[in-house]
Amino acid sequence: MSDLLNTMIGPLVLADWLSWFCIASGSFFAIVGAFGIVRLPDVFSRMHGAGIVDTLGIMLILVGLMFQADEAIVVIKLGLILLFIFFTSPTTTFALARAAIHGGVTPGPTADELEEAQKNKEATSSKT
Amino acid sequence: MTLTMFTVASIAVLVSMALSMTRALVGPTVFDRILAVNVTGTLTVVLISVYGFLTDRPDFLDIGLLYALINFIGTIAVTKYVKFQDLGHPLDGPDEGDV
Repeated sequence: MSDLLNTMIGPLVLADWLSWFCIASGSFFAIVGAFGIVRLPDVFSRMHGAGIVDTLGIMLILVGLMFQADEAIVVIKLGLILLFIFFTSPTTTFALARAAIHGGVTPGPTADELEEAQKNKEATSSKT
Repeated sequence: MTLTMFTVASIAVLVSMALSMTRALVGPTVFDRILAVNVTGTLTVVLISVYGFLTDRPDFLDIGLLYALINFIGTIAVTKYVKFQDLGHPLDGPDEGDV
């Protein structure tokens, strides 16, 4: 691995290592977010996993690719993709959450409701 | 060494795509499926970009940009269709608002 990389602003020390770091952590977060989509219990919590994939995973991979570009136009195109995903991902999540609420999907119990259920459970178990 | 880096990235993206497609196939509600397909589409953009770097043809980034645009429009359209059963005006009247 070379320590010098020819980027658009001239040779940059350790850019290759930075690129490695960004791409490796981006891949890690993409897989973690995908596991969240598979494992989490309902739609609203699965959106959290989708958010991890969209922000940390994809953005880190694209930033890592930016270090490897040798022309300015490539960096600009990657920046456009980044900017577009930055704005559309929350918009999509918001529209989907609203549609899910409208469509009758109920979010899980709140912390208060869980506490109340726990108290009721203890009360019934102490009676018997 | 850089090729190894791009290979690692594309394998990770492919694994996440497979996982989210599992959710799209299994998902109990239609919203799970829309969410999973949206994530798969966003990962496709990255896969196209990484493939462009892997084969040393950065022109693929144009296709990736186009994919990002179409993915957003498609997800919003499907969400609106599922919510209102209509791509035009909402069924419950104009007060209901848009997506």
